[in-house]
Amino acid sequence: MHELSVASAIVDTAVRHADGRPVSVVSVRVGALRQVVPDSLSFYFEIVARDGLCEGARLELVAVALALRCRECETEWEPEFPEFRCPGCDGASVEIMTGEELEVDYIEVEEEAACIAQR
Amino acid sequence: MHRTKVTIVEEALDANNTIARANRDDFDRAGVRVVNLMSAPGAGKTTLLEATLVALHGVRAGVLEGDVQGSLDADRIAHLHVPVVQLNTGSGFGGECHLDANMVRSALPALPLEELDLLIVENVGNLVCPAEFRIGEDARVMISSVTEGEDKPLKYPLMFRACELVVVNKIDLLAHLDYDLELFLHHLDTVHPGVPRMLVSAKTGEGVEGFAAWLREIAAREAVPA
Repeated sequence: MHELSVASAIVDTAVRHADGRPVSVVSVRVGALRQVVPDSLSFYFEIVARDGLCEGARLELVAVALALRCRECETEWEPEFPEFRCPGCDGASVEIMTGEELEVDYIEVEEEAACIAQR
Repeated sequence: MHRTKVTIVEEALDANNTIARANRDDFDRAGVRVVNLMSAPGAGKTTLLEATLVALHGVRAGVLEGDVQGSLDADRIAHLHVPVVQLNTGSGFGGECHLDANMVRSALPALPLEELDLLIVENVGNLVCPAEFRIGEDARVMISSVTEGEDKPLKYPLMFRACELVVVNKIDLLAHLDYDLELFLHHLDTVHPGVPRMLVSAKTGEGVEGFAAWLREIAAREAVPA
């Protein structure tokens, strides 16, 4: 159920960067370690976006795979399953390179042609 | 009309993290260390807390209870004459399933932070959502009871990773269950290699002193920047 909070946070972030322009696309990178249910997030996004700059915007969720690196032997791997012990040296000191993202990557906004001409 | 791409690259939960840092600053100023207790519903958080608070000799502890509804847990803690505040998350879509930094912030004025060494926050019982929201705590403890089965670390890896200590509760029931403790610890080690773990029974008191000692050590820590 935290998808509601996450959807609100995504809409707030998008609106903050939209500078008053209507938003048509919001692209979010979601790491494999984040427990976000895409359908649930999209559902809440649509509700939270109503009556604001993100109303009707398309939420694009881009999955980011889990990538790990062993600090001891420098093995890098992408586990299918969250297996955090190094397959190279059995070490426990493992760095998460990707997979923890819950990141608003970019938005697309609608601009009046006239605004472009003025620039 | 013309479409323009605006690059953002910002954590969606940045706003929560900013409030969590503000909480942490307030805790540091008051000289109180904060521990966030997380578990599934029914893992025994409140029972363990009751047993542990009694064993925390010399530590001035307070409790923040997070629940969707009601004050049953806070009432239990209040019997121990420990400052306790109940936070209910039950507004909006049937109630939030976790505490976030802002909810914790809203409860701070009700707590005598200056008079405390340790604030224990009992999060809403849930194995998914609380792991996503920092609240300004110094340490997170995950409580898993043996009645939940050995597979939980594999099913909820984020929760079992988002903690600095795993407490296995209800070990007094081991003799009556098919639960394979070694298998659980193996699964735990798969998703969070090397995480400190303790075996306790809040009911019989076994292992409770070890957990209390761990909390005493946290309470005695100097503030470190978040």
